[in-house]
Amino acid sequence: MKLMLLFLSAAIVNNFVLSYFLGICPFVGVSKRVSSALSMGLAVTFVMTISATVTWLIYNLILVPYNVEILEYVAFILVIASLVQLVEMFIRKVSKPLYDTMGIYLPLITTNCAILGLALFAVLREYSFIESLVFGIGAGVGFTLALVIMAGIREELELSPVPKHFQGAGITMIVAGSLALAFMGFAGLIAN
Amino acid sequence: MDINALIVSMVSMGGMGFLFSLGLSLAGKKLQVEEDPRVALIREELPGANCGGCGYPGCGNFAENLTLGKSEISGCPVCNQEAADAIAAILGVEVESRERQVARVMCQGGLDETAKKGTYAGIQSCIAATLVHGGDKLCDYGCIGFGDCVQACTFDAMYMSANGLPVVLEDRCTGCGNCASACPRGIMELHPVSHTLFVLCKNEDGPKEARQTCLKACIGCGICVRAVNEGEMIMENNLAKINYDVYGHQTVLPTDKCSTNCLVVVPAAEQSSEKIAA
Repeated sequence: MKLMLLFLSAAIVNNFVLSYFLGICPFVGVSKRVSSALSMGLAVTFVMTISATVTWLIYNLILVPYNVEILEYVAFILVIASLVQLVEMFIRKVSKPLYDTMGIYLPLITTNCAILGLALFAVLREYSFIESLVFGIGAGVGFTLALVIMAGIREELELSPVPKHFQGAGITMIVAGSLALAFMGFAGLIAN
Repeated sequence: MDINALIVSMVSMGGMGFLFSLGLSLAGKKLQVEEDPRVALIREELPGANCGGCGYPGCGNFAENLTLGKSEISGCPVCNQEAADAIAAILGVEVESRERQVARVMCQGGLDETAKKGTYAGIQSCIAATLVHGGDKLCDYGCIGFGDCVQACTFDAMYMSANGLPVVLEDRCTGCGNCASACPRGIMELHPVSHTLFVLCKNEDGPKEARQTCLKACIGCGICVRAVNEGEMIMENNLAKINYDVYGHQTVLPTDKCSTNCLVVVPAAEQSSEKIAA
């Protein structure tokens, strides 16, 4: 039950993008098409899940026993960067068109603050290994959800008569804001 | 200072880095993507300026599309004949020779020739200035003079003259067309080098207004059109135009007939980069 709540909390109530405003860059950058948004979301979910577990292992098995918690940022970034490299190679091998669609946003997952934020939150809230894993999956699903909703709306917007001065970046910001407002409706349902 | 912590940090971070890089290099071997070896060879031959003249973001994409047969070698406006031949050899195709294109400034209305309708104090760019009542010059067709074309040139082949007009250094110009797309007025045009006779004006106003606007405006009198053979030049919207398909490279030039000196011969080697240096 507790794990279920944790998952829902990370995915919906405390959505990384729409409640914490982390990872906004790909949220706006790769949300033009639902298909590419979905694959971006899956890539981020993969990196989040693996990095949540690996960073937990590194933190609790190496950094804490040897009293070098101060290295957590460096160690976490190292993990995340390596994982992103791996994902990039994999996607390039499996689907070149997808690789081209994601463009610069794929290597930029490295600097996606949602992922470092996830690892740091897990440390801060002293999650167990299983909790970290669930937290990572939940956050990834939440990120994908936000991206896909945004992409769905933006695909519709292309067919809508948007006033001239709101076109492009303007309407995107308005949509993002409205989405965040909608997600605020969940606030407080589950703490953390 | 705790020397122990230092050693632990070094060993743990070094160990982690080593492990990850080992894993990545193994994965890299396994997930290697086979790239057409010709892409790298062609990229070597391309100019490498990533000017975008071919329509792709950079030379790399263009090279890739060449190998896939999606674009032609002539798609690169910058390549000289030598590079084009080399690429053709790599691809195993014939290349047709094509004449070099050069950008021309189709306006002579500098600060000395045309009056100003007011003072413009906004952003110093042609595109911004056109949005505000069509720029500060009286002529609504001519060069605005803030040098968007010079900014757009990736080959250092243009500069702004003291008279406020862009100048193309012919020997450096590659004909990529960046200046032409940067100009909001369409003043920059690409022409084959063999074209030497030009109507250097875009003004479509009637004779009276055109004369009041600029000293070197085409007033649409039509004298030049009558002076040449039928079809070699045409009048369109109060503006004389040369039909290069018919006119070709004629030597009998009616430039002296033009009362406002906007029908001119641009000598092939008029502008060269040595001139600036001097």
